[in-house]
Amino acid sequence: MSDDFDDIRRAFKEVTPDADPDRKRATLARAQENFDAIQGSVRGVRHKSERGIWSRAADGVTTMIDALTTRGGLTATTALVAVGLVMVTPQGRNLLTPPSKPATVSEDQPLIVFEEPAIDGKVERREMAEADLADAIESPAPELGIVAEEVFVDDLGGQSLERARPVEQFAISEAASPSAKRLIVEPEIGIVVPESDTEAFSNAESSPLKVTTEEPVSTFSIDVDTASYSIIRSSLTRGMLPPKDAVRIEEIVNYFPYAYPEPDSTHPFEPTISVLPSPWNSGTELVHIGIQGELPAIEDRPPLNLVFLIDTSGSMQDANKLPLLKQSFRMMLNELRPEDEVSIVTYAGSAGQVLEPTKAGERSTILSALDRLEAGGSTAGAAGIEQAYLVAEEMAGDGEVTRVLLATDGDFNVGVSDPAALEELIAEKRESGTYLSILGFGRGNLDDATMQALAQNGNGTAAYIDTLSEARKVLVDQLTGALFPIANDVKIQVEFNPAEVAEYRLIGYETRALAREDFNNDRVDAGDIGAGHRVTAIYEVTPVGSDAVRNTPLRYGDAEVVGDTSGELGFFKLRYKTPGATTSILLEQPIQPNGQPVSDDVEFSVAMAGFGQLLRDGDYLGDWQYSDAIEMATAARGDDRFGYRAEAITLMRLAESLSK
Amino acid sequence: MRMDVTDEALARAAAGGDRQAFGLLLERNYDRLLALAFRLTGRRDEAEDLCQDVCLALPGKLSGYRRDAKFSTWSYRVLVNAAHDRRRRDASYRKAAEGWGEVELARTAEARQAAEAQAWLENSMRRLPEDLRDTLALVLEDGVTHADAADVLGISEGTVSWRVSEVKRRLKEMKEEER
Repeated sequence: MSDDFDDIRRAFKEVTPDADPDRKRATLARAQENFDAIQGSVRGVRHKSERGIWSRAADGVTTMIDALTTRGGLTATTALVAVGLVMVTPQGRNLLTPPSKPATVSEDQPLIVFEEPAIDGKVERREMAEADLADAIESPAPELGIVAEEVFVDDLGGQSLERARPVEQFAISEAASPSAKRLIVEPEIGIVVPESDTEAFSNAESSPLKVTTEEPVSTFSIDVDTASYSIIRSSLTRGMLPPKDAVRIEEIVNYFPYAYPEPDSTHPFEPTISVLPSPWNSGTELVHIGIQGELPAIEDRPPLNLVFLIDTSGSMQDANKLPLLKQSFRMMLNELRPEDEVSIVTYAGSAGQVLEPTKAGERSTILSALDRLEAGGSTAGAAGIEQAYLVAEEMAGDGEVTRVLLATDGDFNVGVSDPAALEELIAEKRESGTYLSILGFGRGNLDDATMQALAQNGNGTAAYIDTLSEARKVLVDQLTGALFPIANDVKIQVEFNPAEVAEYRLIGYETRALAREDFNNDRVDAGDIGAGHRVTAIYEVTPVGSDAVRNTPLRYGDAEVVGDTSGELGFFKLRYKTPGATTSILLEQPIQPNGQPVSDDVEFSVAMAGFGQLLRDGDYLGDWQYSDAIEMATAARGDDRFGYRAEAITLMRLAESLSK
Repeated sequence: MRMDVTDEALARAAAGGDRQAFGLLLERNYDRLLALAFRLTGRRDEAEDLCQDVCLALPGKLSGYRRDAKFSTWSYRVLVNAAHDRRRRDASYRKAAEGWGEVELARTAEARQAAEAQAWLENSMRRLPEDLRDTLALVLEDGVTHADAADVLGISEGTVSWRVSEVKRRLKEMKEEER
């Protein structure tokens, strides 16, 4: 070759940029989504029909496939949402590209379809499309079975796919090799169909509008979980709208710290009720209930017994699962006091205690036990929970707080896999006074529904940890709240005054609704409030006589409104139990229409409630949009010490562009 | 870690619905596709967009992957077609002849040497007509023979060989001009 040729080769070597890792990851993840979507639309039925085979097949197979699932592994729902977006919205194209990019791209061009006839309708275009088509007809997709066999042969010849994954994707675990081998010797299983669409979300239909004269009383349990917000963040930052069922409005609202008035000494928390005009409907008002839990001095806190129940199944080996979990716990360990006790139970295949109860002072013992954890095997969730509670009961002492921290990607696939049976198990264990917190890691097979069920039944909270800073928020900054309950079974009941309020609806809390009679029944379980926690609940109410009343009066038998001229909008009641108590304490106060200006905190929480409704469809929002929510949240950002609110505004912007 | 499953086997498995195979296939080939995309466009941002278009379109294209085709050649063809497509689209915005390089070049010139190499490269590449440029971009890839390039571009091997010698001749001319 000539010198000049070599020169240009060398010059190219010098200037060719390395792939930008973020861009690469994003592109690969989106390509995988497209792949899934296409597979889903082409072979959706087969997925289902082969499920039976899969559940019969060795657990190891499933595990290995889980392990191979890329970080962007998604549910069919999310993938479909994403693809809908890609195909329909030209804006989708630039989501992951910095906005500074010059406009070299025709906005009218669909993103991924080269064959799409161009606006300028060039002839060559169509020729190319036909050529492609001919190509496709000439060589139909190969027979599935044959492909599968070939892959297995290839695997035997070399190393398993598992081992071939690049190291930075996830740590390579020796433990996973046996399952890979099993895959090879069971060719009758057929084509490798990934079980990737196993995310399940817990939610219910949006609370409907209620007519006060028909149903004046609204009852629900408080909810201090924040998992839904983190899931939404993880979806949006990957460039797709979250599945609607993943959106629980109250968890979005409650994610943020608000400075509601501190409680006085009579009760461990203080409800503050404000009434403000609704931002999305000029004919309605919002009743905003903010509850601030007291923050006991940290030094006075009772000793803690913590049982880390860690899912070490094969699906946990992604970098954002077990490794993130280890880092999170290391961080949390720094916040514990020497007399606190820690034990670690793992569950993968079989459950086992890897660390006897150890004083938090013995850091090196705990850390080395943590470091030894490796992912491999399938998930025996129920056995693990049983054992964790046993350990917790051994550790429990007078005046101490005992809590099981369950860290999982939510894949309970062995043993009691029926959420109802697990719930029962946990409800039974709850009686022993042990609390349960659920920490969800990673995406792909996150079983949000089970997480929620377990946390709600285990007197605990569910949080979803997607980044180290989220781990810090959940485990360190809010260590006190997450670990020290100040009130149990907190229920709220609001009775609206039909003379003032024609209609009302509770925003969010769909999964926390209680029957009216449950309020006074102390045996009915409800949510707990931890130290320093705040809880926000928002009602949208339509005053009598407002244009915004949606239900017209009945012709027959419309109950005569018994006049109450107090002017009160309603009456607020709250019941809670002090930790360990069996009878509840009642707190009550009327809801007065006040014209007081509300704090930034209230405004911000309303903006977040609006955001949540937009993500869920916003049936009641009229033409109120993301831009309005962004404006409202930006105005009410306050000092935002941890940057949580700024992040939320960024997410809203992302959602805005994604929704177009 | 070396991996003995061929790209071809992965592509066949992916065409049959194996998502792991597809993921691995892309993971392995992304950098190479990006490098080629850069040689075709001369701009990092363009290259990354182009590469993204190709990656996102691949799932739909795999059904047209022929069992006996070399995956690299096949994927280069998809990429080159996509690049042509983009150029055509861009043509309404600016003259295609000026489409190589600019903007990005020299913006992030951390090293002067690299900047110089870049300037020379940009100059040379821009003076080549598009078909020679594309041919050059392809044959600079390790392991791409003239036959492969011919396959990708849909022209005869002889034409590729002629184009390569033409590129060399022109590069030599440019160099002599400089002196």
